[in-house]
Amino acid sequence: MSEEVATKETEAVPENWEPRIVGFLCYWCSYTGADSAGTARMKYPANVDIIKVMCSGRIDPELITTALSNGADGVLVAGCHIGDCHYMTGNHKTMARMPLIRQVLLDLGIEPERFRYEWISAAEGEKFTRVVREMTEQVRKLGPLNWPEILHESGVGHGRDLKPWGE
Amino acid sequence: MTENNIDTPKDKLKVGMYWAASCGGCDISLLEIGVHILELIQIADVAFWPCAADFKYDHVASYPDEYIDVMFYNGGIRNSEQEQIARLLRQKSKSLIAYGECAVDGGIPALANLYSKKAIYDASYHSNPSIDNPEGTEPLPISECEYGELEIPEFYERVLRLKDIVPVDYEIPGCPPNAERVWEAIQAVTGGVVPLKNKAVKVASFDKSVCDECPREKNLQKIKEFKRPHEVRFEPDICLLEQGIICMGPATRSGCGAQCIKGGMPCRGCYGPSGTVEDQGTAMISAIGSLLDATTEERAKELIAQIVDPVGLFYRFSMSSSHMKGHK
Repeated sequence: MSEEVATKETEAVPENWEPRIVGFLCYWCSYTGADSAGTARMKYPANVDIIKVMCSGRIDPELITTALSNGADGVLVAGCHIGDCHYMTGNHKTMARMPLIRQVLLDLGIEPERFRYEWISAAEGEKFTRVVREMTEQVRKLGPLNWPEILHESGVGHGRDLKPWGE
Repeated sequence: MTENNIDTPKDKLKVGMYWAASCGGCDISLLEIGVHILELIQIADVAFWPCAADFKYDHVASYPDEYIDVMFYNGGIRNSEQEQIARLLRQKSKSLIAYGECAVDGGIPALANLYSKKAIYDASYHSNPSIDNPEGTEPLPISECEYGELEIPEFYERVLRLKDIVPVDYEIPGCPPNAERVWEAIQAVTGGVVPLKNKAVKVASFDKSVCDECPREKNLQKIKEFKRPHEVRFEPDICLLEQGIICMGPATRSGCGAQCIKGGMPCRGCYGPSGTVEDQGTAMISAIGSLLDATTEERAKELIAQIVDPVGLFYRFSMSSSHMKGHK
């Protein structure tokens, strides 16, 4: 089954397909870090759609699953280094939630490379570009997540001729 | 059946209950309303209840459309028969109610969504040590035999909720639903307090979490170590999460009256996600994330590693409602 799905996925990759990664960045460190990368004119792939949140502790795992189930090929979460949180312990919640959601995604059949969390400070524009570059390449190799399509294929009513009762 | 209605008032309601992919506990839980069942029989006739009375699918097919007023459907959709009957009952019923957690969120059978159909067949017909199947027989939807062609329902790749197949008017969550709440809901629907038609509104439960009904004392203590219920003798009056036992209370809809917790067991999440939450498992991950006693990443990872089978634990009853909906 998994082999079949894999071939279908590779066949389904459109020619000009670009991976789409949703990046949740905390306002105080990681977003400023991404900003500094831009100010310093560092180059990085334009595949990450950045969503600014006030604190990485605000990133409910539900946001990650929502992104993945609605067409994102990968999700990047970035927050301040532990100890640097603007709200003192906001990212302590992130560091507890992220390994757990990573494990759950793995169990649900999502490749581990599609989800990544990093600590990026305001001064680490270089690190931000490196993380985005690495992740884009990894996701590009994996191909589209195609989750809605996979669900549809293995779901119900997909072309099967189901007669009403009694006919 | 139609011939039974001759000496009953014409305006007597028609009710029914169907059993799909579930354990059968829902049929029994409907009887848990006790003497109220006699009141129900006074205002309503049973039009279809395979578990309790002898009805055939053909009886239902012969009813006019929207003949049944209130139809309870328990269990998820695992095979083509259940889908077919769900469509038939939708056509023949004014109000179709998803009864019990399997029909609402997939329930226990939906845990099989973590595996493909092939893996399930392998385990059921080939690889389990107790299986004796030298010819490697597997059930086929259509098979030939000496009497002709035999047809059995097709086994689906995953377990679906009732509302994935047909529009549902109301949902009564719970495994099983609390009898008191169910009786209130039946009274509301049959008494015309709420309209027969609606858009999958959750009834017989409350938007708040189980913690709201829980009598245990909360001291805002952080979790220092995770333990499983059989490994420890826990304090009777203190929050179970604070004692390191994973209790699904914070991520679970209330309405049950915190029965398990009062009985000395952690909440297993059988009422599904609370409030506007769609994905129960992520809500629980979020709750656990705020409760760990960890100030370093290593310590957090060490604590997380103590949780056995997180996906099965957090989505025990709601896999079909999760965003990721199970394995490829």
